[in-house]
Amino acid sequence: MQGDTFLARGLRNRSFVAGGLLTLALVAVALLSLAWTPHDPLRISIPTRFAPPSATHWLGTDQFGRDVLSYIMVGAQTSLTVGIVSVVIGMTFGVTLGLCASAARGAVEEAIMRAADFIFAFPAILLAIMLVATLGPGAVNAIVAIGIFSIPEFARLTRGAANAIWVREFILAARAAGKGDARITIEHVLPNIASVIIVQVTIRFALAILAEAALSYLGIGSQPPTPSWGRMLAEAQTRIFQNAWLAVFPGIAIALSVLGLNLLGDGLRDITDPRLARKR
Amino acid sequence: MALLEVDNLSVTLATARGPARAVRGVSFALERGETLGIVGESGCGKSLTALALMGLLPENARATGRVVLDGIDLAGLNEDALCRIRGNRVGMIFQEPMTSLNPLHPVGRQIGEALATHRGLGGAALRAETLELLGKVGIPEPERRIRSYPHELSGGQRQRVMIAMALSCRPEILIADEPTTALDVTVQKQILDLIRDLVRELGMALILISHDLGVIAENVGRIAVMYGGTIVEAAPTAALFADLAHPYAQGLFAAVPRVGWRRDSNARLATIPGVVPDLPDLPNGCTFAERCTLANDACRAAAPMPIEVGPNHSASCIRTDAARLSRKSA
Repeated sequence: MQGDTFLARGLRNRSFVAGGLLTLALVAVALLSLAWTPHDPLRISIPTRFAPPSATHWLGTDQFGRDVLSYIMVGAQTSLTVGIVSVVIGMTFGVTLGLCASAARGAVEEAIMRAADFIFAFPAILLAIMLVATLGPGAVNAIVAIGIFSIPEFARLTRGAANAIWVREFILAARAAGKGDARITIEHVLPNIASVIIVQVTIRFALAILAEAALSYLGIGSQPPTPSWGRMLAEAQTRIFQNAWLAVFPGIAIALSVLGLNLLGDGLRDITDPRLARKR
Repeated sequence: MALLEVDNLSVTLATARGPARAVRGVSFALERGETLGIVGESGCGKSLTALALMGLLPENARATGRVVLDGIDLAGLNEDALCRIRGNRVGMIFQEPMTSLNPLHPVGRQIGEALATHRGLGGAALRAETLELLGKVGIPEPERRIRSYPHELSGGQRQRVMIAMALSCRPEILIADEPTTALDVTVQKQILDLIRDLVRELGMALILISHDLGVIAENVGRIAVMYGGTIVEAAPTAALFADLAHPYAQGLFAAVPRVGWRRDSNARLATIPGVVPDLPDLPNGCTFAERCTLANDACRAAAPMPIEVGPNHSASCIRTDAARLSRKSA
């Protein structure tokens, strides 16, 4: 079921192909921007400010005369970094907590899951604002805040999926073979729930990009001059009727990235779940 | 001293309708190399008894009584010490070979894990031992099969892999819980023969659990018949078949269809009337009284104690005399 046939099934799945291509494009743009951008994204040139899209500035220039395309390309780095770091934070702690809850059962499971419920009870963006207000604004704090608030999501998902594995017969057989809870968790439970977690990673990744855009839009995410799609939107907001491209292009960048990751997640879920794969 | 002594073992399940006493006062002893069969219908507590021996009861179950393995009381051991016994001194085979193997790991690796855990083998020694085990349980082309995934094997082959896993550390006791129920009849025979031969070859004690009297009768030296959570009759195989004393055991044996059964005339397969009693509200007296044609007021008043009805042969019934009489006249 795994290996070469996995890729073959993936290529037959339209969501997977479209999402994969969009995500690859995002990564490619971010990597390319490390080496090359059409213009220096941070060079201010007041005489050419608010230039509409043209042959020199494909996507126009902003209120400081900076090239919008270059700025968006470098912004992809910010989005990817936020996505990767916050998902790694959320996944590492969330999956660990979920696996512990599922293996320990009883009071430990209750404590972990009720703590997760407690965090769930607050709107995530409000909590992120609270955290950033305490720690001070900045890209790093935004990333940490977004990461922390994806922990309960991962913990709950992991615990649910792991509980379904724990009642399977091969777990009983493994226990009868003398394996302890820790070894069973790592050797038997984790590999069997990996597909569920991978799908969740792509979805959380998309949400992290959105959250970073939202925090930057509110002015408490990454600070100028670090390029950020969310802050580009915030700055373009007041001029949306005069210089629409300033809002449209970063908006498109966010939309395509999130769409690509969501499609990738959908596709992965379909491929890894044989019941869904057969229906389509 | 016996290898395994089970003394007054009880298992209580917490259910929505209150505590269910699924196993009640089960006692037996098993010598080295001895084979014991536990037979009974669904829900009689035979699988829970086996799980209780391994300390693998589900979360909603509580066990009382003593299980003593070679002088060690298993109830007093912590989880780590139990892990060193499971798979090492006591091996277990389960009913469902289809779901008892992890679908994501090759079978060779799954067999090797037990060897690595308990015997600290690794590298070439581990591979050699795994190959030998696969050969021993009759898997063709072990070199190829060691890399196979469970879904690439048939049910019988998977059960052979399970046996190889259970045997990997040369346990002193092998517990086989309905090892052939999910298999075809022809495969069933092969697996049972394999288990019997290996038990003999390795000098293991065997506890074979089944609802199938034929499976039990051909493979064990001693039989315990369970009903409603207790052992109602226990005897060496030959003695039990010669002289069934408990009405339930009699009914169970009469209900086995035989080859050459005449379908003409009005002959019908004998059945035991009624259903197994509900565990949360068991009757005060004999649990079989509601279904027993010989039951009287005394049966319903108090639970019967085991009595000796022959050498090494006990039955928990106060009406064994009447039961044996009715069997002879029939």
